Amino acid sequence: MLKGRAFKFGDNISTDHIIPGKYAHLRSDLPELAKHVMEDADPTFANKVKPGDFIIAGKNFGLGSSREHAALVIKIAGVSAILVKSVARIFFRNAINQGLPVLICDTNKIDAGDEIEVNLATGVVTDLTNRGQLTFGKIPKVMLDILDEGGLVPYITKHGNFEL
Amino acid sequence: MGKTLSEKILSEKSGSDARAGDIVIAQVDLAFVQDTTGPLTIRQFKEIKHGRIANPQQTAIFLDHAIPSPNRQLSNDHKFLRRFAEDTGCLIFEGGSGICHQLVAEMFANPGDIIVGADSHTVTAGGLGAFATGMGSSDIAVVFALGKTWFRVPETFKISISGRFRKWVGAKDLVLHLISVLGADGATYKALEFNGNTVANMTISQRLTVANMAVEAGAKVGIFPSDNVTLRYLAAQRRGNKYRPLRPDDDANYERAIIIDASEIEPMVAMPHTVDNVAPVNMLAGTKIDQVFIGTCTNGRLEDLAIAATILKKKKCHPSVRLIIAPASQQVLTKAMRIGYIQVLAAAGAMILPPGCAACLGLHQGVLGDNEACLSTANRNFKGRMGNPEASIYLASPATAAASALTGEITDPRKVS
Repeated sequence: MLKGRAFKFGDNISTDHIIPGKYAHLRSDLPELAKHVMEDADPTFANKVKPGDFIIAGKNFGLGSSREHAALVIKIAGVSAILVKSVARIFFRNAINQGLPVLICDTNKIDAGDEIEVNLATGVVTDLTNRGQLTFGKIPKVMLDILDEGGLVPYITKHGNFEL
Repeated sequence: MGKTLSEKILSEKSGSDARAGDIVIAQVDLAFVQDTTGPLTIRQFKEIKHGRIANPQQTAIFLDHAIPSPNRQLSNDHKFLRRFAEDTGCLIFEGGSGICHQLVAEMFANPGDIIVGADSHTVTAGGLGAFATGMGSSDIAVVFALGKTWFRVPETFKISISGRFRKWVGAKDLVLHLISVLGADGATYKALEFNGNTVANMTISQRLTVANMAVEAGAKVGIFPSDNVTLRYLAAQRRGNKYRPLRPDDDANYERAIIIDASEIEPMVAMPHTVDNVAPVNMLAGTKIDQVFIGTCTNGRLEDLAIAATILKKKKCHPSVRLIIAPASQQVLTKAMRIGYIQVLAAAGAMILPPGCAACLGLHQGVLGDNEACLSTANRNFKGRMGNPEASIYLASPATAAASALTGEITDPRKVS
C-alpha cells in the first residue's frame, strides 16, 4: 500500500520539464541532479515533495528524451508512484525499469494536495480527501514482473534472461 | 493475413509469428548510447552480474551531445566512456565524428535490422527500413549484456503520401504537418509506416528527416520500405551488399490509414512549446527571431546545407540574427566543404560548429537568453529545451530557417528566392 500527497501537473510534461538537458553535467552526480527534479514545471517541487508522495498529471507524461534520469530523479525524490491519464512510451519503460510504478487512471478526480492511497495489488486508488475511488489500467505482465523485482537490472540479475 | 514491416522484422528477429499486440524477444543488430545516456547505461551494465558484452562489434558509444566538452564533469563522463570501450572492445566514435543517428545511417543501419539506442531519436534509422527505437539506459544495458530485448509488437498506422512537393517545401514540412494531424501523443506505442509515390521519390536524407520525428507523435518506430533509393544510398556508403528489398504485404492489417497530398502542404512551423502546435509559415510571418539554428539529426545533412546555401548565397544574415550551423557528421562537413556550401554559409555570417548535437539540447553552443526566440531545424521545441525555460523555440525546415536568417523574422522561403 502506497500513501502520500498529490502534486498535480498538466498535460505533456516533457523530460525537459522533469530534468532539462542543461543539467547533463550532473548526470554522474545523482543527488545533485535530483535537486532539480520537475524544475521547469514547478521550481518549488523539489523542496516540497516528501517520501511517499505522488505525481499526478494529465496525458502524455514523460514525452521527449530517452534519458532514464527523468524517472530516476523522480524516484530519488521519494515519489512512490506516478498517476497519469497517459504516458509516453520510453518514459513508461524507464520508470518500470527503475521500479517506479506508472498508473493510468482518470486523474481529473484528484486535486492538488489530496491524500492518496494506492493499492498495487487490487488496482485501486483511494482519494482519502474527497473519499473517491479510482481503478487503474492493467500493466503488461512482463512489466509487472520487472516491477516486482524492483526494476530491470535486479530482474535480469536474478533470472539471467527475460522470461515471458 | 499479411504482415506490416514491423511485424515482418520482429517475426524474423524473434523466430516467431509476431503480430500486433504480441510481446516478443528479438535479437538486436546494433545497440548504442551517446555521451549523456552512456554513463548511466554502463553503471547499470556493471550492476548486472554478467560482466561481458554479448556482441562488441554491434555495441557502440557516440560522443556527440557535449562536444567539445563544455566542462569538467562532462569531460570526466567522456573519459569513463572511453575507458569502457577500451576495456570491453565495443565501438566508440569520438567527438566530431557526428551525431549518433547520422552515423548509424551512414555506417550501420540496414533494411530489416533491429536497432536500439539510448536516445529517443533512434527512430531515424527507420528511413533505411530498420526497426529502430529509443530506450532508456537500463534497457540498453541489458541489450549490451544479452544481445536481445523484449518488444511489444506495435499496431501500425499506414501513412500514404502522393503528389509532388511545391518549391521549397519538403520532408520537414511534411512531418510537421503529419504531427499536427496525429497530435503529440496520437501515435503512442504505434508504428508509422510510409508508402505512396511521393515516398518512392524521396531521398534517404528526406526519409531520415521524417522517420526522425515519428517519436514526436509518440510512435515507437517510423519505418520506410526498402527500395532502389535505399540500394543506391547503401551502395554509395559502400554497403551495397547489405541491401535487401523490404515491403509490407498487400493484405497487412493497419489500425489506421492516413492519406496526405504532398502538393497541398505549405512550409510549416511548430510554435512553442509543443511539436504538434503547427501552423503554415504565413500565419507567423513577421515574428521576430534572435537566433537561427540549422543542424541536428533532423536536418543537418548535406541536402539541408545545400538548401541553406542556395538561399544564402552572396547574401548576409540580418544583423539582429545569430546563425548557427552544425553539420550532422564529418562526412557531411567534408562534402559540404568540397562543394562549397560551408564557404557560402560562413560568408553569409554563420557560425560553423563541429559535427554534433550542438544547440539542440540546451547544453552549450547556442543557449538562448530570456525572452529570446530561436527558429531551429531541430525536432523539439519543449519549454527549456534550448537551456532556458524563458525562451521560445520555433521549428521549421532548412529553407524556412535560411530565409528567416536573411530577414530577422519568420519568413516564407518562397518570398526571398
